Amino acid sequence: MLETLLQLLWSSDLIYATLRLTTPLLFAALGGLMCERAGVLNIGLEGLMLGGALTAYLVALKTGSPWLGLLAGALAGLVTALLFAVVAVTFRANQIVSAVGLNILMLGLTGVALRAVVGLSSGQNAAPTIPIWNIPGLGDLPGLGPVLFRHLPLVYLVFILVGVVAFIFYRTTWGLAIRAVGEHPRAAETVGINVIQVRYLTLLWSGFMAGVGGALLSVGYLNTFQEGMTAGRGFIAFSAIIFGRWTPLGTMLASLLFGFADALQLRIQAFGAPIPYQFLVMLPYVVTLLALFGAGRSQSPAASGAPYAPGEA
Amino acid sequence: MQLGKLQRWLRGLTLSQVLIWGMPLWALIVAFLLGSAVIAGAGADPVKAYSALFRGAVGNRGLISTTLVKSIPLMLTGLAIVLSFRASVFNIGAEGQIYMGALFAVWAGINLPLPAGLHLVAALLWGMFGGLLWSAIAGYLKATRGFNEVVVTIFMNYIAIAFISYLVHGPMRESGWNFQTRAVADTAKLPVILPKTDLHLGLVIALAMAAVVYILLFHTTLGYQLRMVGYNAEAARYAGIKVTRITVISLALSGALAGLAGAVEITGVQYRLLEGFSPGWGFDAIAVALVGQLHPVGTLLAALFFGALRTGANSMQTAVGLPVVVVYVIQGLTVMFMVAGAAIQGYRVRRVAPPKPEAVDARDAASVVVVE
Repeated sequence: MLETLLQLLWSSDLIYATLRLTTPLLFAALGGLMCERAGVLNIGLEGLMLGGALTAYLVALKTGSPWLGLLAGALAGLVTALLFAVVAVTFRANQIVSAVGLNILMLGLTGVALRAVVGLSSGQNAAPTIPIWNIPGLGDLPGLGPVLFRHLPLVYLVFILVGVVAFIFYRTTWGLAIRAVGEHPRAAETVGINVIQVRYLTLLWSGFMAGVGGALLSVGYLNTFQEGMTAGRGFIAFSAIIFGRWTPLGTMLASLLFGFADALQLRIQAFGAPIPYQFLVMLPYVVTLLALFGAGRSQSPAASGAPYAPGEA
Repeated sequence: MQLGKLQRWLRGLTLSQVLIWGMPLWALIVAFLLGSAVIAGAGADPVKAYSALFRGAVGNRGLISTTLVKSIPLMLTGLAIVLSFRASVFNIGAEGQIYMGALFAVWAGINLPLPAGLHLVAALLWGMFGGLLWSAIAGYLKATRGFNEVVVTIFMNYIAIAFISYLVHGPMRESGWNFQTRAVADTAKLPVILPKTDLHLGLVIALAMAAVVYILLFHTTLGYQLRMVGYNAEAARYAGIKVTRITVISLALSGALAGLAGAVEITGVQYRLLEGFSPGWGFDAIAVALVGQLHPVGTLLAALFFGALRTGANSMQTAVGLPVVVVYVIQGLTVMFMVAGAAIQGYRVRRVAPPKPEAVDARDAASVVVVE
């Protein structure tokens, strides 16, 4: 049995699946990271991903282009995030509660829209999907080639984006503005930063990114949409941000851990290993809780979750 | 004389008061209007759809009792949400707590050799204990490590659901049957209270719990502290309230009520535990509690309303071919309008309220003076 497990851990399939499963999470998490650093908790990632997944599927199905689908999914996420921003930033509604409402709404809307457009037999309406990019030269390397260099182009993009987000955070005035708004919005405002605008822009970005993450599920890995197909990935992305201590690198590592646990779980199920698969489903959550427990107190942005009323003066 | 008083009172109402007190109603009306646009967009007649929804929910004695039965878990879980959200503790883990409550109750209902009555009480108490235990983990992590309860309770949902899936596939599986446990003993079943229907004693339990939550929140010191922590934790700390302790207590009580919801569903309706036992009550209850303005009575009414929506949605599906998920659209919109509405309501109040102690600066002081 131990041998089987070792074999499993070394299998190149596992690494491949880890990268594949991490990517949608990381898109959503990188988006969420930006608005969380600006002080807006976004549990709505789940609903945003779901909207992106459905829109991408429908547009790809109708236009025949998965790329148009992807774009549409991203824009759907952005528009949905705008609705969230109006409620949570302008009207200063409780962020957690309004995001819960948003998630329920998107579950309903996507379900209704799916039936309205393709009817009950969505299984028979396969949308075109984004093709795998076999990087010329690298993809044919023995061993590593098929594992690392034959993915969807977006898999590479998301890891590049980790660097881009880190650069924006720590090397640009935008990044400084975002962090200032999350730590002390009133101080940020007194030095001329438009708090509301920063929160709107970062939320729109998070919607766009979560939309891409959702679109990946429907037109990247599958060719269809199923009701509630995000299956909690938005919540996991939200958790990855916190587990990653609100840093781009940490968020990436946390997303990789979740992606790995998911891949491992699927693989062990497929192998029929003598471990009940439910324990593997639990694994990422238990591991995270234990890791958080060992890591001690983590510091969230100081103004996290607090709506902001601009000063009147 | 009474009538004259009422007239004077009505005349004295300002427009903004009407808007504020009627907020849940306004949110519902707007949600239904937008919902009808969605229904029309899906190619169905909104009027027909809504009337099918209505008739399907309260059309006859059987349907009314179905609506009530479906409302019971929403009532109890909604009350659980009230207890935690009132303290600004965001328990998103009611779903997992329901599952653990159901697990403990089904175990007690199968295994405890107790006489009728006592057995039922024991199963319900076990259920409460199961939910409490599950939420206490999140409470402990929040108190000792400062963990965000939202993340921990979401995680605990996944763990609970996977754990129960394991149990009903393995150790607790009823031999020769599908993936489910054995049924609880007859001595641990809630009695039916309306002959020839499924309506069980759980309704009375839910009403009693609403009374308990009401008294706890508004007529005890603990409830006062809980609300104060929820309103302004910093001020509560200044006033000598042990904020962490209150937070943990509110989460534990919330878990106990969610656990009771699971136990009541086991002993009153399903009798055995299976995978997918809850259709998402833990999440629906958040909407229920909010539409109920985080008040026990409002929560009962909102639970009835959502129970009716769910019951009626089935008839709507057969009558006009709309999927049941339409009710999620209405539910989600209602929540968003409710919180936005509540926030707008607080707009004026918050602007003139004194600033938080640590944030006093010239700008804050100025804004207080300028506005009124």
